[in-house]
Amino acid sequence: MVRTEMTGRTTSDAAWCFGTVSTPAGEVPRVGTKLSRADVAGAWARRWGFGRADYTVPPGLYAIGAPTAESVVLVSANYKMSFDSLRGRLEGIDAWILVLDTKGVNVWCAAGKGIFGTEELVRRVEATGLDRVVSHRCLVVPQLGAPGVSAHEVRKRSGFRVIYGPVRAADLPRFLASGMEADAEMRRVRFGLCDRAAVVPVEVVQGGGYAVLIAAAFVLLGAFGEDGFSLDRVLAVGAAEALLVLGAFLGGAVVTPLLLPFLPGRRFALKGALVGLLCTAGLWRLTFGKAAGSGVWSLVAWLLMGTALASFVAMNFTGASTYTSLSGVRKEMRSAVPAQAVAVAAGLVLWGIARFTGLLG
Amino acid sequence: MFGLRHIPGVTTLQLDTKLCSGCGMCLNVCPHGVLSGTDGRKVAVANRDACMECGACARNCPTAALSVRAGVGCAAAIIVGALTGTEPTCGGGAGEIAQSPLPSTTRSR
Repeated sequence: MVRTEMTGRTTSDAAWCFGTVSTPAGEVPRVGTKLSRADVAGAWARRWGFGRADYTVPPGLYAIGAPTAESVVLVSANYKMSFDSLRGRLEGIDAWILVLDTKGVNVWCAAGKGIFGTEELVRRVEATGLDRVVSHRCLVVPQLGAPGVSAHEVRKRSGFRVIYGPVRAADLPRFLASGMEADAEMRRVRFGLCDRAAVVPVEVVQGGGYAVLIAAAFVLLGAFGEDGFSLDRVLAVGAAEALLVLGAFLGGAVVTPLLLPFLPGRRFALKGALVGLLCTAGLWRLTFGKAAGSGVWSLVAWLLMGTALASFVAMNFTGASTYTSLSGVRKEMRSAVPAQAVAVAAGLVLWGIARFTGLLG
Repeated sequence: MFGLRHIPGVTTLQLDTKLCSGCGMCLNVCPHGVLSGTDGRKVAVANRDACMECGACARNCPTAALSVRAGVGCAAAIIVGALTGTEPTCGGGAGEIAQSPLPSTTRSR
């Protein structure tokens, strides 16, 4: 256990913290640059949406390597994944890490909310006595902290100049070695396949519960039909319909994000609708296509519902994307949500008529 | 991914070149290369439809030459906001908490 006198809080007795560095402002905990299996497992768990609710590190000053009064100060959030992403890239570098209290939120989201912001940065600089620890007056803030940090205001209030570092911690060593020069690519946020794949799990886990509930409802409803109660139909029909629900959900939550740039249209709802249409048609062919009594109206109903579900789920992926704007998503929703609602309603009505009456073949 | 773009012609980004001092801070903070330097020191909007309205440029413009209606580009946040009668707000997700953005994320002239 290590006490951080400047914040008055103890750092957890975690494996990533060892020893302290003496400074004019007090003892500063040292952290390593090697991520342990526990650190990696923790990050993996968070990607899937579970793990410790407070995946945080105590705010304050930390030392990497053997920093001196001339060493660079790197600013980070107190979300442990942010902290680990940073220190994991600092092999062989001597630096100070100033961790802001972002309530366990990552840098970019916290910046958007203002919690990784001017106020907290100035407060933390003061609370840690940073001006006594370093002789320079420079703070390297991650570029994605910029939505919340006003560089000129920080300078005015703390005397420290903000230099925005690269978007990705992996580029930090090169950035520092070049004398704080960032090339254009270091300042760009991308949304490539790996980036998209990384955010799919948490979206699947968040929405998957609802999808399973809806699927279960159709399994149960499988018992009921025009001819009354039938347990056989639960397996023959109910289970198949549950599969259609889950297929549409995964179409919107997994397939659409992964194939995002290759799907037509700019709107996520449209991309999802196409995937939903194809997934539902394909799965319907596999399950009902050969079953007797499976009318074309049941297919139409499911195409409507499956398309709408996948479209809605894909539209929600905008929140995990790195390039959609509030204005753009609002515009997309204005036409997409009513269309999805109408399609679901029409689909349910057709489904109900086809299932419970003999009016449709 | 080069060229991933959302709906064009919607951004609320505004640049008043009369106020621009040519400091270039906006060029440092924009994650999508929306702005670019010109032959003179002032900046220009090079790629309007790449703007995601994060607000970084406006917040770091010392002369308030840039303004944008910043907010989360997230359908779920808009839905949550509509249901609770507030501004769009993120609720849930790994490493996030439900909290409305600061009221002063819009820099308007």
